[in-house]
Amino acid sequence: MRQEIPLLITAIVGIGFVIQYFIPHWPFGKMSDWFSDWFSIVGACAIILGALNLLKVSIEKTYRRKEDWGYAAVIIASFLLMTIIGIAEGRGFRNPGTSFDWLYNFVYIPLSATMFAILAFFVASASYRAFRARNFEATLLLIAAFFVMIGRVPVGHTLSSFMPIGWQLSDLASWVMTVPQAAGQRAIMIGIGLGIVSTSLRIILGLERAHIGGGK
Amino acid sequence: MEHFALWLSAFLTLGILSFLYKDNPWYKLSEAIFVGISAGFWFVTLFWDNLVGKFWDGWQDEPMLFVGAALGFLMLLRLVPKIGWISRWPLAFIVGATSGLWLMNYLASNIMVQVQATIQPLFSISYASGFDAGWGAIISSLVIVVGTFTGLVYFFFSKEHKGAFGGAARVGIFFIMITFGASFGYTVMSRMSLLIGRMDFLLGDWLGMIG
Amino acid sequence: MSVRTKELIALGVISLFALIFYLGKVWGWGTFEFPTLLSFIVMAFIGLSLLWILILTLKGRLIERRVVFVYVGFAVALPLFMSFSQKITISPEVYQLHEAIMELPAGSKVLISFDYDPPSAPELQPMAESIIRVCFERDLKVIVMGLWPQGPQQANLALERVFEDSAILAKNLQYGEDYVNLGFQAGNEFVIQRMGSSFESMFSSDYEGTPYREIPLVRNVRNFSNVDFSVNLSAGFPGTVEWVQIAVDRYGLLMGAGNTAVQAPVMYAYLNAGQLEGLLGGMSGAAEFEAVAEYRAKGTKFMLSQTFAHVVVIAFIIIGNVAFFRSGRKSKLKGN
Repeated sequence: MRQEIPLLITAIVGIGFVIQYFIPHWPFGKMSDWFSDWFSIVGACAIILGALNLLKVSIEKTYRRKEDWGYAAVIIASFLLMTIIGIAEGRGFRNPGTSFDWLYNFVYIPLSATMFAILAFFVASASYRAFRARNFEATLLLIAAFFVMIGRVPVGHTLSSFMPIGWQLSDLASWVMTVPQAAGQRAIMIGIGLGIVSTSLRIILGLERAHIGGGK
Repeated sequence: MEHFALWLSAFLTLGILSFLYKDNPWYKLSEAIFVGISAGFWFVTLFWDNLVGKFWDGWQDEPMLFVGAALGFLMLLRLVPKIGWISRWPLAFIVGATSGLWLMNYLASNIMVQVQATIQPLFSISYASGFDAGWGAIISSLVIVVGTFTGLVYFFFSKEHKGAFGGAARVGIFFIMITFGASFGYTVMSRMSLLIGRMDFLLGDWLGMIG
Repeated sequence: MSVRTKELIALGVISLFALIFYLGKVWGWGTFEFPTLLSFIVMAFIGLSLLWILILTLKGRLIERRVVFVYVGFAVALPLFMSFSQKITISPEVYQLHEAIMELPAGSKVLISFDYDPPSAPELQPMAESIIRVCFERDLKVIVMGLWPQGPQQANLALERVFEDSAILAKNLQYGEDYVNLGFQAGNEFVIQRMGSSFESMFSSDYEGTPYREIPLVRNVRNFSNVDFSVNLSAGFPGTVEWVQIAVDRYGLLMGAGNTAVQAPVMYAYLNAGQLEGLLGGMSGAAEFEAVAEYRAKGTKFMLSQTFAHVVVIAFIIIGNVAFFRSGRKSKLKGN
């Protein structure tokens, strides 16, 4: 029961979507609409589950006074603050001027934006330490990176303004992006596509069972 | 309040940036606030937009939404260890739906359309522009065909990369390296942009030094 | 003096400077702008110090990573005080998107999906602002939504900024009639799939809770066939890939995209295949769109910093590689 029902659900829903692609009419069209509606609700519950799980783990950590429990307490406090304010403010919670919007603008935005911004420093550091022209392939990679980095900013135009139009650094960067880069990208895209198609087929047919806790 | 808001934002921004010096309590505090606020943000948004906006407002018109709600409830049972296994049902639904949708979407958009777009006529004749066959366009079209084909050859690992096949795979890796190089260049661009955004906040919005 | 004391002193000095400059802002000191000569001196200083780093590296010593961090910080921050005019070259894919919007007749409905969060805002927010602005200038109707929960709020910020312009304000655009924010819906690509048959089923109300059927702008918008054009502003999953796969390839929606630079390279394959009607990639894409739309805003303003940052990264790559070749390709340099 624990394996069979999930397998059946996976197969019915998966095959339903495949058939709907070819026959988007009743009953398959309606079935696909239902599945999409359900997915939206289940997806939301999955994320809510994640948030509640974080709360559970943090409460446990704080209660047992584990290492760095103070930070876990901060997580609980900030989670509750955002949640209580957001729920209390009702449907218009994200209207400009609400407390929720204030927290979004002055707490959430600076924290999330800076968290990703610090990667800029590490990219530069890695460029200095690890980006080496060890062989022909790595050299090609470096040259492509150079053309793109210099050609996509105005200095590329300034440095190559003496060249005829069509051969300036910005034109070369454009060509690299739209021709050889796009070709390589397309090869990767087709490769990934084939992988996804075959894996999806295996899942729908029940050959792949890792998601329901089973092996082969 | 505006002063407090700006100083709070700056305090949190600098707290995260302080990680560049070393891991420290200021960073950890900012990080913990980020995690909590972020989880709260998702919770509230999903509660109002999805559970209320979609399910509660919509079930009268579409009673079948209750099935979705039931599956969602089963998902939440994962928090109860004894009956947590039942959350595999909604999980199976998610995996099945994603597989079914992705199977056709990837087959159509990322395989069929891409193959079709790769093999284009070198000399295009259209009613609008007449006969169009510039050397630049012809060479670019050929480069795309060669790059895509040899790139795919490189990814074919069921056959040993030797002889003509190995030669094609080697050309393929050149194209893939160009792709990675361009991606690296764009990644640098992206990361620097994010930092510029934060600097603009610190020097502009907070300290008012730049316009 | 212990390390902790030094750290506290450094923190105190930084806080003091911040307080002075903040009070200066409150007292109306105004903004700072480097004169041209000072800008050149700063650039020369950075160039010479990079030369010094090259010499150090050639001697077999890698500089500490924090020094690289300081360079990146300066490369990004100092140009914000400079005011060099730069010529921005416009890529064909940016022209294409602008042309696609310009060709729409007045009253056309444009769907803009905000599929990003604040971390990607420096790249995508300038795009959002200039695209919405062009739409309003052309008297197009804008329908905003988000597959990311932060999207609708980013859209509000963009709309607020656009309405600061007196020319746009003078048009007296009405919420619900000329533009609408449908909010966020969970479900990733399944939201797009469901919108193919019914927008209302996914967005039963707008972000404020007004029922879909009571919003004049979308009352008659049943699915993608009632939308004339679409722009997807995306920072990852779900985003442009999913929109192309479902809305474009299955339902025939015309779509242009604005992407973070990280994911833009992937989109060139779609652009090349004609699945996208133009593409803006990263901050340079935003600046190029501003240039073609003749609206100079943050994208353009930030390009000098972007240029400096790229040059510094290229310089560090060159320095690292010169040392690598000098050391007989062994790359056994010491440092931390």
